[in-house]
Amino acid sequence: MTIELFIQYCFAGLTYGSIYAIVAIGFNIIYNTTGIINFAQGEFVMLGGMISISLLPLMPMPLAIALAVVITMAVGALIEIIFIRWLKNPSVLRMIIITIGLSILIRETAVHIWGEGIRALPYFIGNQVTAISVFGARISPQVLVVIGVCGLMVVALGLFFKTTSVGRQMRACSANRTAAVLCGINTRNMVTFSFVLSAGIGALAGCVMSPITYSEYDIGTGLAIKGFTVAIIGGLGNAGSAVIAGLLLGLIEAFSVSVVPLAFQDAIAIAILLVILFVRPHGLFGSSEAAGLKEF
Amino acid sequence: MKRLLSIAPLLVAIIAIQLLCAATGTLYYLTQMTMSAYYALLIIGLCVLMGYAGQISLGHGGFFAIGGYISAALTTHNLEPLQENVLVAALNSLGLLHAGVDLYGGTFLVVTPWVACIVAILAAVLISYLIGVPVLKLKGHYLAMATLGFGIIIYRVVLASEYFGEADGISGVPGFTLVPGLTVSGDFSGRIQNYYIAWGLLIIGLILLLNLIDSRVGRALRAIHGSSEAADAMGVNTARFKIQTFVLSAVFAAIAGVFLTHYNGGIGPSEASVMKSVRYVALVAVGGMAHLWGALTMGVLLNFLSLRGVFGSYDDAVFGLILILIMLFAPNGILSLRWRPGLAKQVDEKGDG
Repeated sequence: MTIELFIQYCFAGLTYGSIYAIVAIGFNIIYNTTGIINFAQGEFVMLGGMISISLLPLMPMPLAIALAVVITMAVGALIEIIFIRWLKNPSVLRMIIITIGLSILIRETAVHIWGEGIRALPYFIGNQVTAISVFGARISPQVLVVIGVCGLMVVALGLFFKTTSVGRQMRACSANRTAAVLCGINTRNMVTFSFVLSAGIGALAGCVMSPITYSEYDIGTGLAIKGFTVAIIGGLGNAGSAVIAGLLLGLIEAFSVSVVPLAFQDAIAIAILLVILFVRPHGLFGSSEAAGLKEF
Repeated sequence: MKRLLSIAPLLVAIIAIQLLCAATGTLYYLTQMTMSAYYALLIIGLCVLMGYAGQISLGHGGFFAIGGYISAALTTHNLEPLQENVLVAALNSLGLLHAGVDLYGGTFLVVTPWVACIVAILAAVLISYLIGVPVLKLKGHYLAMATLGFGIIIYRVVLASEYFGEADGISGVPGFTLVPGLTVSGDFSGRIQNYYIAWGLLIIGLILLLNLIDSRVGRALRAIHGSSEAADAMGVNTARFKIQTFVLSAVFAAIAGVFLTHYNGGIGPSEASVMKSVRYVALVAVGGMAHLWGALTMGVLLNFLSLRGVFGSYDDAVFGLILILIMLFAPNGILSLRWRPGLAKQVDEKGDG
């Protein structure tokens, strides 16, 4: 493998990897405050991309993306308020089935609004053929935009959870819900907020990836599976290691293209998921003791 | 005896529907009723796994596809060029292969449906066992995702293998002659016969499962559902019961796949898709999880409506909506709500607590 090809694969891997990482962080945010795995997480990414594409003829691109993110956040809030907020201690099985049902509903609504066609936002800088040369490899500026935006989101989320009051309340909620209530934190609002937040980051990721990977009504399930794989590899609930795990999975997938037929590429992530689940269900970076305390 | 009597109303209903269709000249309804019966066979198997053993599976479409695809592939792929092969020659001399002449006068040599059916079931047993041992150690979200992952892998394999016809699937699957005079096929002349074959198979499956859940095994399964740890402490071999139920439900799915493929004369990759597996889970949930009769009724009813195209392009959306509504308002199924509201409520409160 030449050095150019190597770099090319690396950037492709990092691009997809950072998207997976964002989806995984979305899983983790909701999991931490509620103990629910939101199977509709991938649908937020799809919604972000599709809504921004529809808004584009009406307004400049940055505004369209911002509005798409806000609308998706509203959808996230509505989902939580209508379907989840009023359930008293629902069983895990019930929550799994409800969020699966939600993902189907969102997907079917999308197919009736936007049809089955493949769409894409235009490239943010230049066009399809614009490229920057990195050590002889040709990299689209959009790739750097995706990696940059995802990196910024991770940093911003880190700051949000460390420094702001709401962020601290959410962390308190995930550490010990009862104690958080006793401290006067409105945990129900925190749950709604976690849905809004993960819908928002998912939607933004969906917008920036749209020019490269295209948006389609049914990209959600695939992204959800891969995001979940990443969340598991990093240890469920652990946002920091999800980033490393996401980039790792992206790179593995990118390099696997040279070995495995393209048709089986999706199966690689799932095979990794199964192996990790069988061997180390608490994740590569998580501790088994901490996992033992969680309710699966 | 009592259990056999409980089947009686079902038998009456089956015969009544057939006579009614014949009398009103609407025999075409029987086609969808036949297909619904095969899907219901899968659903009652999944019902025992989910409702009684408490293990969710989002990969049962995969087992259906394993059954359907293996039997379709074996009964359609011409082995004539491989006649010199030792294995093929041995099978041929044992009378397990079937030679014939196609429409264009070409000769072919394929595996007989009975052998293909047995191979398909054995494959389902083997795969479900190999997958089940590690998967059933998982719980909750992890189990759901692992089974979902298994289903997607099967879908990908089917879609990417030339042997399984890639995106086109396999067509031209011959009829399956159970005994001389009884053939599973889509011929118009055999419509009534096939209707009874399908429902006969479903009733055999139902009686088996009703006996199972009323036996020691059934009580052990319910104990596992209530609390795996408590069952363990009482000396129930939870791992073994879980894996046996998983394999059993996979076999039900595979048999449904084999028969429906012969009936339809073909199978396509959509049978292995995630949406199908989710749909089966939805139907078990609507029926009331631990409620074989509920799963059977709703499975037949909703599949029949769906196959008749009542939901149009909103087919998947309807199933998504049903899933959500049932889980929100009646987690024990709509039938249980109407029939035993007091008990259902108690169970509900306990389950939620």
